[in-house]
Amino acid sequence: MFTAERVADAKDWIKGETGDWEVIIGLEVHAQVSSNSKLFSGSSTEYGSEPNSQVSLVDAGMPGMLPVVNEYCIEQAIKTGLGLNAKINLYSRFDRKNYFYVDLPQGYQISQFEHPIVGEGNIEILPIDSDGNTLDPVSVGIERLHLEQDAGKSVHDLSPDETYVDLNRCGVALMEIVSKPDMRSPEEASAYVDKLRGIVRALGTCDGDMEKGNLRADVNVSVRKPGGELGTRCEIKNVNSMRFIRQAINYEARRHIEILESGGSIDQETRLFDSLKGETRTMRSKEDAHDYRYFPDPDLLPLNIEQSYVDDLKAKLPELPDAIKSRFMDDYKLSEYDARILTADKIKSDFYEIVANGRDAKIAANWTMGDLFGALNKSGLDLNATPVSAKMLGELIDRISDNTISGKIAKSVFERMFNGEGNADEIIEAQGLKQVTDVGAISVIVDEVIANNKDQAQKAVANPKLLGFFVGQVMKATQGKANPQVVNKLLREKLGL
Amino acid sequence: MPLLTRAYVIMEFFVSNQKNVVNVEDVKKIARLSRLRVEDTELQSLADDLSGILGWIEQLNEVDVDKVEPMTSAVAMKSPMRKDIVSDGDKRDQILKNAPKKDDGFFVVPRSVE
Repeated sequence: MFTAERVADAKDWIKGETGDWEVIIGLEVHAQVSSNSKLFSGSSTEYGSEPNSQVSLVDAGMPGMLPVVNEYCIEQAIKTGLGLNAKINLYSRFDRKNYFYVDLPQGYQISQFEHPIVGEGNIEILPIDSDGNTLDPVSVGIERLHLEQDAGKSVHDLSPDETYVDLNRCGVALMEIVSKPDMRSPEEASAYVDKLRGIVRALGTCDGDMEKGNLRADVNVSVRKPGGELGTRCEIKNVNSMRFIRQAINYEARRHIEILESGGSIDQETRLFDSLKGETRTMRSKEDAHDYRYFPDPDLLPLNIEQSYVDDLKAKLPELPDAIKSRFMDDYKLSEYDARILTADKIKSDFYEIVANGRDAKIAANWTMGDLFGALNKSGLDLNATPVSAKMLGELIDRISDNTISGKIAKSVFERMFNGEGNADEIIEAQGLKQVTDVGAISVIVDEVIANNKDQAQKAVANPKLLGFFVGQVMKATQGKANPQVVNKLLREKLGL
Repeated sequence: MPLLTRAYVIMEFFVSNQKNVVNVEDVKKIARLSRLRVEDTELQSLADDLSGILGWIEQLNEVDVDKVEPMTSAVAMKSPMRKDIVSDGDKRDQILKNAPKKDDGFFVVPRSVE
């Protein structure tokens, strides 16, 4: 039954005219299973192919065709369930969810209603406020995870009075992951989706690509007086970015409060989020409310899974984001913030581990997060398209620690690497950036600089801050190639500091 | 959807809603959900027929099934499984063959949104 014991922090309450309100949020996330073929047929799941080229007679709902379960999709669902610390149901069953729509040729969706493959679980989320600070962890309950078929795609903009239908997506396996109504703020909701995405990516059970719609959320929102009786909820369908999830919740909570405070009542309904206008609106009116008439699919036998099979999958489960994060904090002594950024997904954590291998962990973290992620962000690139590989970044750090170049020169080498001019050694060689560590050579330049700035040199004893000026002059004279430690040491000696 | 399946779905609706008398409004609703056109003149006789069938199903409730596991299949066998390999598809012409209207590889149907 629908209960919501936790009361939101007062900071998350929403001020209304009649006092404070809290928002209660539950999510249904649809995650497309990563698999080669569909849940019940052998046609391909590849994205972006010619319309209707990946459709079998099963997918097209032809009479007499029988669905056959893709065993890999079952494995993927179980792995995801284990990643959610959830109960794996050894007995589960497929049901038909009956409704008519143009992109559903069978006239029903094969789903799991009474007996889902995964039962209750729990994950811990770390909400992040708008300033990027990590807030206290929140535990979010998982109600269930079930397998179902995706529908086809309707295209409405190819003709003014017709709909074009492509069934390529029809029958692709989805995992519907239903949370308990355990979230109390938009930040908690997006942190939950972010956490789910990290888990499925680490497990390789879904690519988590929200832009392609491979991970999308239905958001259930209601409001109540803090700790009071639950309100009527509305469901906002298919929200496909973290930002939109937060916007939709904010808008919807405000809408409920306004209606309730002006004496109205909330209709339980399905709404859609218009990302251009930043608002939600009615999608289906109540009289159209679906009555799905679920019943067991007579074409499919129940699924009986052996416990030994589940144990085997559990033993082979890859390291999950939480475990990687605490390992990063323990082994590399990274701050919570650094560890969080570097373990946001598998690609990032793998990348960092190559850079940090055998090197100073903090310096590796700074270069990875500050310089590389910054540069990628600026040029709108993903880490998997980075022009600077982990190996290249590691070699650059090596050249700093073996004093071939200074940290400052390294920044310009990095820029050139990012622009595809080669690896660190090639750029250092080609540009003649090798650091001068020869004390004799630097000494000559230091003497010249002091001779050229006699007045300043005399004042330096009284005003040691002038050291910075002299360091700058020497660096300028050597195009930044002099070893800073040597320069400092020589200047201090010669200026009598 | 094959007609027999539709009939099953219709009966399932009444049984799961624990109705044993079907009225004209019920027939209208279930016909709409099943996308079946039923003339007004047929409504009453269909309601009577459905009520009769439900009455017949009611008799089954007299059987004591307390110690009987629900039967989910006529044969005791494990669900057969497929390997995750692409073995089908690439038959667009066949898929679209019966479509009343198609264009550029798509099915074309009356507009489904406003």
